[in-house]
Amino acid sequence: MLTRVPHIAASEITPPEIYFNRRTLLAGALASAASAWLPAGESAQPPEPALTYARNPQYSVSEAPNKFEEIAGYNNFYEFGTDKESPGKYAHTLRTRPWSVTVQGEAEVRGRFNLEDLLKGQALEERVYRFRCVEAWSLVVPWIGFPLSDLLARFKPTSKAKYVEFTTLYDPGQMPGQRSAVLNWPYVEGLRIDEAMHPLTLMVVGLYGRVLPNQDGAPLRLIVPWKYGFKSIKSIVQIGFSARQPNTAWNVAAPQEYGFYANVNPQVDHPRWSQASERRIGAPFLAARQRTLPFNGYAAQVASLYEGMDLRRYF
Amino acid sequence: MNITQRYRYLYKPLVLVAGLAPLAWMICGALQLFGASLGADPVKKLEHECGKTALNFLLLTLSVTPVRNLTGLPQLLRLRRMLGLFAFFYVVVHFTVYLVLDLELNLALLGADIVKRPYITVGFTALLLLVPLALTSTNGMMRRLGRHWQSLHRLIYVIAALAVWHFYWQVKRDVREPLLYMGMLALLFAYRLVRWRTRSAARGARVTAAPAAVTSRSGSATAPERT
Repeated sequence: MLTRVPHIAASEITPPEIYFNRRTLLAGALASAASAWLPAGESAQPPEPALTYARNPQYSVSEAPNKFEEIAGYNNFYEFGTDKESPGKYAHTLRTRPWSVTVQGEAEVRGRFNLEDLLKGQALEERVYRFRCVEAWSLVVPWIGFPLSDLLARFKPTSKAKYVEFTTLYDPGQMPGQRSAVLNWPYVEGLRIDEAMHPLTLMVVGLYGRVLPNQDGAPLRLIVPWKYGFKSIKSIVQIGFSARQPNTAWNVAAPQEYGFYANVNPQVDHPRWSQASERRIGAPFLAARQRTLPFNGYAAQVASLYEGMDLRRYF
Repeated sequence: MNITQRYRYLYKPLVLVAGLAPLAWMICGALQLFGASLGADPVKKLEHECGKTALNFLLLTLSVTPVRNLTGLPQLLRLRRMLGLFAFFYVVVHFTVYLVLDLELNLALLGADIVKRPYITVGFTALLLLVPLALTSTNGMMRRLGRHWQSLHRLIYVIAALAVWHFYWQVKRDVREPLLYMGMLALLFAYRLVRWRTRSAARGARVTAAPAAVTSRSGSATAPERT
């Protein structure tokens, strides 16, 4: 169980005030020094509103979390471009309010819900999770959210609901990357119902104590810490319950490279690169490469979900 | 002394400085000087920038002949060696960044990558093939190898194709950029193919028109053709 006491003291996590103030301080210092070479766009962006949450010490890791700038400046979010910096530059065009989520399929409660209504009364907690991308880099992120199972239970899935399918917003006006056909839009991801109901599976609305930056999947995203990052779908507008396994975006794009399960597995390589190790973003010089752990280090919690399955076949 | 000879002392240093500019930019990025930055994953950024710079120099090297023919500026040929050596230089830096900063000198990982990852196999082959070209790029080696020098240096076509293939294969999904490189390389190859065909057609026509010329030209028929 994840009962390990976090080895990082709470004081070691740099409080967000410092991040946001740092920008102001820096901007002030630079302005007084008349350093005109800094691009104007880099100066103080209004910080996202703070959230009310409680830190959940049960879900933490021994590694230090990444800096806010790393988590918000290095993203795969093809809806805003295919390189890592594009989402941070262009995701401001996404309008996250008002936002609604449509629930459909094998559930008693269906319909379209305002995000505020879905979040009303929902206690938020902070969990520090490892995040492992299929491209063999990784982060440690202090997410703010709540268990997906809390949300799904409210829709009363029927016994036919074997899978949950999630869909990202489709609006090329707000998401210019959708104008090129790099993926089959809209982005779709899915989980088996037992994976979706697992206590580790998180619905995320924030990061470092504040509302999610758009490039990290605002206003509502999934985090499944034992799976490759592409499973953790962003900017969700639709949740569907179904009897059949959903056709997920990367699996449709390249089925031989990206499986439906996509559990982090150092023993099963991507056809074009090794998954045995990963590089931790922001780690010190020459100390970034580390061994990848089965199920991204969450094997004790989730390995039993896949008992008897050939994980090479169901990669 | 004509005008091009006089400016030789100017344009070679200019190309040298221009060729070092990408390296200077990367160093500024690594040290965060002048507002340059390598982003959240500097290792990958360096790796990709070096690789792309090497590819740019490969294509520039292959552009020298067509541009020279189209502009009628034979002196451009003098730049080709430097451009080719810059390609080699950036490939070596690219590989060094990969081995030292990315793999952190884990040689077992390097071996596994070269054997198991097709795009790394392809890229590594291109690197190895560039070594003899760089070593034989001196005037002395050109003289010593004679006409074999030209045959050896035709390897550049294979290397360029491997390099573009290496780029194409490592991209996860968005292949637009590698396709652009592939297109540019195809153009450079097409130019040579067309030229070679029109030349051999012209030669064939001459041969039929004047059979007596065959013997007198036989010596030069196998002589290295400028590429």
